[in-house]
Amino acid sequence: MSLFLLKRLFTLIATLLAASVVVFWVLEVLPGNAAQMLMGPDASPEAVLALARQLGLDHPPLQRYGLWISGLLTGELGNSYVYSTPVLELVLERLALTVPLAVMAMVLTTVLALAVGVYAASHHNRAGDVGLMAATQVGVAIPNFWFAILLILLFSVHLRWFAAGGFPGWEDEGVLGGIKALLLPAISLAVVQAAILARITRSAVLEVMREDYVRTARAKGLSRRATLWRHVLRNALIPVVTVMGLQFANLLAGTIVVENVFYLPGLGRLIFQSISNRDLIVVRNCVMLLAAMVVIVNFVVDLLYAVIDPRVKASDI
Amino acid sequence: MRRALRHPSFVIGGVLTLLLLGAAAMSLVWTPWSPYEMNLPGKLQPPSASHWLGTDPFGRDVASLLLVGARNSILVGVIAVGIGLGIGGALGLLAAARRGWVEELIMRLADFTFAFPAILSAIMMTAVFGAGIVNSIIAIGIFNIPTFARVTRASANAIGSRDFILAARACGKGPWRITIEHVLPNIASVLIVQATIQFAIAILAEAALSYLGLGTQPPQPSWGRMLSEAQTLLFQSPMLAVYPGVAIALAVLGLNLLGDGLRDLLDPRLTRKR
Amino acid sequence: MRNTTPLLEATDLRLRLHTHAGTVDAVRGVNLSLRRGETLGLVGESGCGKSLTAMTLMGLHPEGATVSGSLRFHGEEMIGQSEARWCALRGDRIGMVFQEPMSALNPVHTVGHQVAEPLRLHRGLTAAAARKEAVALLDRVGIADAARRFDAWPHQFSGGQRQRITIAMALACSPDLLIADEPTTALDVTIAGQILQLIRDLVRERDMGLILISHDLGVIAQNVSHMMVMYGGMVVESGPTREVFSRRAHPYTQGLFGSRPQLGPQAHPGSGARARLAAIPGNVPELRNMPAGCPFADRCVVSLPACQDEMPPLIQLGQDHCARCVLLESAG
Repeated sequence: MSLFLLKRLFTLIATLLAASVVVFWVLEVLPGNAAQMLMGPDASPEAVLALARQLGLDHPPLQRYGLWISGLLTGELGNSYVYSTPVLELVLERLALTVPLAVMAMVLTTVLALAVGVYAASHHNRAGDVGLMAATQVGVAIPNFWFAILLILLFSVHLRWFAAGGFPGWEDEGVLGGIKALLLPAISLAVVQAAILARITRSAVLEVMREDYVRTARAKGLSRRATLWRHVLRNALIPVVTVMGLQFANLLAGTIVVENVFYLPGLGRLIFQSISNRDLIVVRNCVMLLAAMVVIVNFVVDLLYAVIDPRVKASDI
Repeated sequence: MRRALRHPSFVIGGVLTLLLLGAAAMSLVWTPWSPYEMNLPGKLQPPSASHWLGTDPFGRDVASLLLVGARNSILVGVIAVGIGLGIGGALGLLAAARRGWVEELIMRLADFTFAFPAILSAIMMTAVFGAGIVNSIIAIGIFNIPTFARVTRASANAIGSRDFILAARACGKGPWRITIEHVLPNIASVLIVQATIQFAIAILAEAALSYLGLGTQPPQPSWGRMLSEAQTLLFQSPMLAVYPGVAIALAVLGLNLLGDGLRDLLDPRLTRKR
Repeated sequence: MRNTTPLLEATDLRLRLHTHAGTVDAVRGVNLSLRRGETLGLVGESGCGKSLTAMTLMGLHPEGATVSGSLRFHGEEMIGQSEARWCALRGDRIGMVFQEPMSALNPVHTVGHQVAEPLRLHRGLTAAAARKEAVALLDRVGIADAARRFDAWPHQFSGGQRQRITIAMALACSPDLLIADEPTTALDVTIAGQILQLIRDLVRERDMGLILISHDLGVIAQNVSHMMVMYGGMVVESGPTREVFSRRAHPYTQGLFGSRPQLGPQAHPGSGARARLAAIPGNVPELRNMPAGCPFADRCVVSLPACQDEMPPLIQLGQDHCARCVLLESAG
């Protein structure tokens, strides 16, 4: 087991390093002189140089990269070019919104998708299955930000149950108030992802139901329902969990867009604003953070495999 | 072909996709009004005989905007998928043909790019290179590459172990000839299906980027940007937020159904109803 | 005094499948009667309906298929019974072993858990009690170090061992009847022999009824006292194994025996290098396209024109031996 874990950890660290190189290269080296960009084309060369020195941009790229990596490990991320506040502070503030949002969306997605997928599979080719699959086809085709707008149209404009955007923070209106503000965004993220996951769940369950050991279970006298719960689901979870891991990346990408729809001060919106402001140091760190979150979640998913499927430890990919 | 016409996914998908293509094609020669013509006094009008879907905040005809937007979406889809299929497909074939460390490397790179979702990479690219339709097409195209590489390699490998390939090698045919003459025709159906799916994804990605302002720039009409413009006016003209979304959804739905239908029809082994 | 109610009795058992392409009569009037301690073999080519017959006997026929006729287990009519009643019988009073041992066990549950499952389900045993019994079962079927192997995973066992485990599972609740559908087809010859020996021993020990399905005449010869030859969903010949083997009344039975490869200079017609293995000409017809008469008619070398149109009657050839062929009428 420990060899398995070590291999996975090694891949994790390697991927994170590779990601950091890519992010650094694209957002630090490629754009050229950040100081030049911040000051604009008309600034004097001396002013640009002064700013560059102040921001530490006069060092060679490799050194800047090294400084950045060590900074990531210690939490010293430098200051925003635009706000002159520590990047870490900015990021943590925004994470307090994005992480709960992502978690809420993931929970909603999972519950909805598993329920729909399993139900459709157990009513294979009957009315319930066909109807639900048609619904998921539509769900997959809907852009999540459009669904968000439709939700706003219904719940904020017509029914006035929710605000059309904004986030009051976790203190002002308490935890419940915060959750209420995140509900519509989470739903709009969840519905589209759930549609995808439901289809995958359904075909995974159908696939497993065709396996010989399901026939064995029935021959032992297990009812259809008992067979489903005790034999089918655990095996069907294997491909489903893989997809959930991949979906997390899409979910995070979705939060970037959805935060903009609802004017939520989260990580996505921060990235977005920083791009407009050419505040590349913030962009770089945020993108790295998002990439790291995705990689770590996939790592956890890999570990979950070993728990669900006893064959994995043996083959040790 | 007759079998195709009885397959519901294929038919519905085909009809919707044809509608999309038709709208785009038609927009090249005719639209009810010019999509660039602004008419501020006549802004935000409800649907009428002259403006079938009403006008937008600048007085432009919504129906015309949708038609030209279709053209825009297709352009993005075709080029982005082209990039992905061309480069990704080549890489996938290379990986399958060469095996060894070449294959490992290409596949590791492909796996790695999945850490960066499309939107994220597109945002990074537009951050560095600036917003605009060209950059967003490139960004979406680049993200297509690993998907096509994976799919191509997987199906090429599956074909490669089949007996007729071994027979061809026993005849002394070189790997490139085998690839072109034998492997490609057999994986073509898988690639076509994947292409329709990626096309749909490209349309969604372009819409998201335009919504954020990073994609197609004004005055070029784009469904995504129409949605962001409509969002500020939800209280006054809610329907403006509905039309472009419906257009996107129908286009994507059509392509997805078409892809599903093609997959069922082209792959002889998948005769079971899913 | 032995109870003379048959363990299992099927009368005119029919199974009709409803497929995209139309209705198919997969099982067309099977009659059988089995008592405790009796062994019956079902032999035939693939597609003759023997597996579907077995599944129908367990109530595991495909969903949407129609079963008709009569099927009595211990005198209780099973056709039309609720699913709950079937579930109570399956695994408890009737056990079944299938063909593919490599995929018959759930990979995410331990072997012991799966063997103990019927015990917990039907007997309500606690985990500890079920474990004890399951270990004893595993030991009986020949799994070494059973107590420790209880917690092992299916992928850690070979095909032969997995088949032993499925036998243990099938017999956990001491059922009255065991149905074995090609239990050794997927196994190496030496292992196959061991498994069949195991089945024979267990069936005798527990005075169970056995229905053994195989396409291999050798397996049938060695393991069952009575046999039925199936073709096209029907039983074309049935009787004591010894009699069927020596008499071979039905043309299909003759064909089956004739097509076994044999060593020796005069084994096959033709001479020397041109000696050919006799094969039954033609192919098994699709179940959809069965003729109104004898299903074997178009491949039968001695068929009469009437064979295609009229279903041949069942001719009694001995006390237990009968076959369905017109040509046997006069022969008697």
